[in-house]
Amino acid sequence: MPSDPILFSSSPFPDLPVIRPDAPVLLEIRDLHARVEAKAILKGVNLTIRAGEIHAVMGRNGSGKSTLSKVLAGHPSYTVTGGSVTYRGENLLELEPETRARAGVFLGFQYPVEIPGVSNLEFLRVSTNARRVHRGEAELDTFEFEDLVRERLQVVQMDPAFLERSVNEGFSGGEKKRNEILQMALLEPLVAILDETDSGLDIDALRIVAGGVNHLATPDTATLLITHYQRLLDAITPDYVHVMAAGRILRTGGKELALELEQRGYDWVDAELAALEGAEADRLPAEVA
Amino acid sequence: MVASATAQVPAASGGLEGWTRQLLECLPAAAGPLAAVQERGRAALVALPVPSSRQEDWRFTDLSLLTGLEPAAAGAPAQTAAQTSAQAVAQTSAQAVDALPPAAPGVVRLLLDGRNDPLAGVALPPGLSALGPAELAQALGHTLAATGCEQHWPVELNHAASEQVLALRVASRHRVTLELVSAAGAGLLPLRLLLILEEKAELDLSQLVQAHGAGLTSLVLEAHLARSARLHHGLVALGVPQAALLAHLALEQEPESAVTLVSATAGWGLARLEPRVRQVDGGARTTLRGLQLVDGRQIADTHSHVLFSGPEGELDQLHKAVADGAGRSVFNGAVRVPRPAQRTNAAQLSRSLLLSDRARIDTKPELEIVADDVKCAHGATVSCLQTDELFYLQSRGLAASQASDLLQRAFCEEVLRELPAAARSWGSFQAMLSAAGSAEDRP
Repeated sequence: MPSDPILFSSSPFPDLPVIRPDAPVLLEIRDLHARVEAKAILKGVNLTIRAGEIHAVMGRNGSGKSTLSKVLAGHPSYTVTGGSVTYRGENLLELEPETRARAGVFLGFQYPVEIPGVSNLEFLRVSTNARRVHRGEAELDTFEFEDLVRERLQVVQMDPAFLERSVNEGFSGGEKKRNEILQMALLEPLVAILDETDSGLDIDALRIVAGGVNHLATPDTATLLITHYQRLLDAITPDYVHVMAAGRILRTGGKELALELEQRGYDWVDAELAALEGAEADRLPAEVA
Repeated sequence: MVASATAQVPAASGGLEGWTRQLLECLPAAAGPLAAVQERGRAALVALPVPSSRQEDWRFTDLSLLTGLEPAAAGAPAQTAAQTSAQAVAQTSAQAVDALPPAAPGVVRLLLDGRNDPLAGVALPPGLSALGPAELAQALGHTLAATGCEQHWPVELNHAASEQVLALRVASRHRVTLELVSAAGAGLLPLRLLLILEEKAELDLSQLVQAHGAGLTSLVLEAHLARSARLHHGLVALGVPQAALLAHLALEQEPESAVTLVSATAGWGLARLEPRVRQVDGGARTTLRGLQLVDGRQIADTHSHVLFSGPEGELDQLHKAVADGAGRSVFNGAVRVPRPAQRTNAAQLSRSLLLSDRARIDTKPELEIVADDVKCAHGATVSCLQTDELFYLQSRGLAASQASDLLQRAFCEEVLRELPAAARSWGSFQAMLSAAGSAEDRP
């Protein structure tokens, strides 16, 4: 592991070989800046995700991890102020949230929303059909969809009784996360962004959720895991681990980087960030001149 | 939401007072079993001040829409115009019935047109019977008086115009399911109902009140529940922007009885609903569920009033409103807990969804608590559709309009799901919501 701070660079992985150089790039994030209200959160994120890859983004609270996921999914509270995101060659940032979802970008929520009065089964059917229509497939009627959903329930070992309830209403933390992975199993996204899917899960639920994610990962799809903890990465092996701080990716490594974070904590990240910001401050007058 | 339209009927001169005078002139001479009630109502209408914004109870609710309506009773046979509208009511009511799915086996469906006897040719199920003249004379108006509304202007209007009353008794230990359907066209459609539930009697009553033209539906329902009786009343009231609904639902409960009153109104230019409940000796259970939708320049107003005249009564009340366009929603929830009503347990919640910055919502709890050992909770929320809920649905591929439609329907569903089974099976309200939603999706 190099001990020198890696300065911000337009290359996302300056010291790592690309594992699957021939795989198509699904998502290309370039110098992404975003704010919520007046507060700048993302300050130049660079990330390239190819088919078949699993990426993990780690970092302290407030480093911008969740903001990155919400910006990619199109949350209206976040404003992109610079940079670009290309999804399979298309400008992702121009698309409405629902179009992104139909095109295969999936966000697993850290806090899935409870929607009393909306049947989970009906909601899953409407969303699955929206994705199917986008892919040029026929919509599923109620009976066809029930067959599909019962098959996919097995991926997350969910009780069919949850289908009859309102969306996430009264679900435990683990049940909500399983419902998220069930949605992922139905929507068959090309890029799945899972925002702290492991938070609030006990060991058994974590095993089931991770098993679901592994089951759904294919050579044609990619996964972006946002997490605080190594324990999720024990169950889902990432190809790349990125450390985020102050709205950018500070360092990228292999799965061993997550272990290093687990052992050393985030203090060294702060030191690197301070050094980086110092270097940028030093450079600034020359640029202005 | 419901499309809006402006009523193009010229207003009667002299405002609501003038309209009331014209109405009284149009009414046929008092006759029939309700002649005395009619006389009294007519005299009262002459003497009573018409409701206006100067009266606290009508502060937010403008009745001027009434003055644009034809001041004639749909049930009046003497006038040509009135006769036409009476026939129209009979016709639209029949059409309304045709549009419903058939009643379940063993369920009686009665058609109310304010003119024909709804019981003619109908075989009533075991346990259900019509009240005789002596019983009627004794019981009619009792609950209105007990709940303090017998001299309310809308009630007197109904008294003045009603030629008939549907008065039914559910016998002790019997369980009856009943459907009532009415559909108003132009003119005034007065509906008067009286229900007596004997000890341990149970009644599931699904009522559909529809309007298709510039008319006024005046509904007055009285129900008396003896000890341990149970009433589940679902009122689905679907109007049009030219139509008005004035409804009083007065209920008297003996101890250990249970009332669930669920109302859902939408589409009316003006709808005023007054559920009034009195637990005569406390110890009863009252559940009130209300849903009202306004759009365009519509007004929907619910003034509920619950009085505990004895100890250990329970109230569980939820009132919901959705206001769009330049619509106005009013809720006033009065709960009276005098000294004898110790250990009352009452909870009232008003939840409103504001969908437009031109819409207006006035919601007010009005708790009057004198007893000292009681639990009375109340709360009110007014909110817009939640960004996070919309985003969650959109992030699963639902279009913004589809997501907002789904959330609105879900908001309504909390009340609609508590309708009695028959009213739920009609799906009238849900169909109206879907139609409004898909109309909105059109460019």
